[in-house]
Amino acid sequence: MSGAEKIAVQVTDIVPLNDLVTRFKFERVDGGLLPTFSGGAHTVVEMRDGEVTRLNPYSLMSDPMDQLAYTISVRRDDEGRGGSLFMHNNVKVGDEMTISYPVNLFSLDLRAKKHLFLAGGIGITPFLAQIKQLERFNGNWELHYACRTESLGSYVDELTDRHPNETHIYYDDQDDKIDLTKLLDGQPLGTHVYVCGPKGMIEWVRKTAASEGWPREAIHHEEFLAPQPGKPFEVKLAVSNKVIQVGETESLLEAIERAGIHAPYLCRGGACGQCETRVIDYTGNFIHRDHWLDDDEHANGEKIMPCVSRFEGKTLVLDR
Amino acid sequence: MTIQFNDETFRDDYSFYNSERAIKRFPFPFHEDNYMYSVNMEQHRGGPVDSVYEKRFDVDEHYVSEMRDRAEVLADDPLRCQSLPHMTLAGWDLLELIMVSKSEDYPDLFELHRDGDNWRWVNKPLGIDDSFVFLDETTLPYGPMEYITRQAQGDFCVLDQRDDNLWMDAGTVTTQADWSLDFDIGMNFFEWHAPVPLAHEKGIFVRALKFLLNIQQGAPARRLNWTMTVNPLLDTSPENYHKWGIQKTTVTPENIGSKQHLRVELQTFFRLPRSNALVFPIRCYLCSFQDLMTAPKWGRRLHRVIRDLPEELATYKGFIDNRPMILDYLSKFDDGLPTSDGIWPDLETEPALKT
Repeated sequence: MSGAEKIAVQVTDIVPLNDLVTRFKFERVDGGLLPTFSGGAHTVVEMRDGEVTRLNPYSLMSDPMDQLAYTISVRRDDEGRGGSLFMHNNVKVGDEMTISYPVNLFSLDLRAKKHLFLAGGIGITPFLAQIKQLERFNGNWELHYACRTESLGSYVDELTDRHPNETHIYYDDQDDKIDLTKLLDGQPLGTHVYVCGPKGMIEWVRKTAASEGWPREAIHHEEFLAPQPGKPFEVKLAVSNKVIQVGETESLLEAIERAGIHAPYLCRGGACGQCETRVIDYTGNFIHRDHWLDDDEHANGEKIMPCVSRFEGKTLVLDR
Repeated sequence: MTIQFNDETFRDDYSFYNSERAIKRFPFPFHEDNYMYSVNMEQHRGGPVDSVYEKRFDVDEHYVSEMRDRAEVLADDPLRCQSLPHMTLAGWDLLELIMVSKSEDYPDLFELHRDGDNWRWVNKPLGIDDSFVFLDETTLPYGPMEYITRQAQGDFCVLDQRDDNLWMDAGTVTTQADWSLDFDIGMNFFEWHAPVPLAHEKGIFVRALKFLLNIQQGAPARRLNWTMTVNPLLDTSPENYHKWGIQKTTVTPENIGSKQHLRVELQTFFRLPRSNALVFPIRCYLCSFQDLMTAPKWGRRLHRVIRDLPEELATYKGFIDNRPMILDYLSKFDDGLPTSDGIWPDLETEPALKT
């Protein structure tokens, strides 16, 4: 499918939290209620930046039961292609925007006897909604949250005030580190682990848990990737018989859409698998950045996820 | 439209009947003159006026009697309704979905009044007027899923989604085509579909699962499935096979038109918001052969489909032994004329049977 259902919203509040992170509040333009959602869900925000339309996923951090407003937090990425910069610099209170219905690729496993959350930086956002959901039902949870510095610790005060016993904060610049092996060792049977943060953190948690003998199904992770800029490249689309150019700051998926070709998508962050596209021929190197394809698939050159991955080389022919 | 509810039975004396209106809106499942498995999904957002596709949860003349039949099945066998402990939130999701849909789609029959978490639900056909606290199980006479599925036609499978699979972790199943919730509870999508012939080889289930995992909030889907049943019996369960299996031997050339029923399932799929579970309502519609034959197009087409159906499917659907007798009957309604595309009866445009 090409994205989830859309909702017309108005930006009703913008709160800068620190040097990097700003919170945005959305309410329906028609004054109606927003759909409820499950903790861990994201929305895809459409940004109309002149000629360019960007669609970026952001985790919903508000109370899933609150149907009056959604909130998201956006971390500014000065090296990125401009999606987060657009949100920070161009979006004003009162603006009308389009967002998608909630989609959850990072759902709680409701069988868990305990939910152990591991957050790194802006990866805190899905947990804020999951914590609100669990609090509603007296769920058993614990949060370990790593931030670079105290001043960049988004929502640290709110969490430690409301949930002093469940919240554990670690500051990188104070050399605080999560002692993961010990933490995992002390968990009761039936605990599920959820990690959201930078790629390195996710891999560290998955590998450590695996080596400690944790079942794969008990470790859940989510990392949304914003597409990264890169060198321009040319692609031949075999089905539609078109040759397109992918610009420096656009993704392959965006370039396909710009050419008026229907391409399926859902998360646009390398996680959901909807945009998987078959490679017919290539001479060059793939820059795979998704979490969907496995290592073998990244190596064999048969598939690409055009939402986040790029290509460098002479020829690329896709089945699209 | 005000619905006149039938007073009828789906067991013993089988007083079930379809009115002329019900026959016209019967979801005939064959869009062409032959049949093979396919994923055949489409969006579930309305359809032609008064068709079974029009509303999110179709309510028809059989509603009151079907709910009475469900209550009897549950009284005899409580295991027809089960919900694993982690599925309670999904049960509330389902209760909300059905109450909101029915009160909006049939305001003359159902009312939902909400003041925060204090809800009042009025179901006029069944004479129910209950006040309760949303998300507080102690304020309802049953768990949320059982409460609402005792008031909604069709079976309901509530599927948990995890590990890139769907799990049959809750449901109310009393009008099923020979499968058992009690047997399948806790199974994943591939496990509970294991008995289906031919479809695995065609990769149907891998594609179907991929589609279902990606059904999102606000974008429900639907498809039709079908089988045959002798006598208008809703509860064709494995648990009761000893009671109904034998009835297949009572069909004769004289009574086949009234005894043999085409059994069609309108299957819909909705993502549930709070739990991220998927609900899979399976609504059963029955129509006797003699009623189906009142639409000349359906008569021609049903004969051709049943005649050309692979043996494995006729066996799986349980009518292989009676197929010769069925074809003898149906062939009288097939004059060889071509049929129009699509499932609708096209009564105004399709020619009458040539005799």
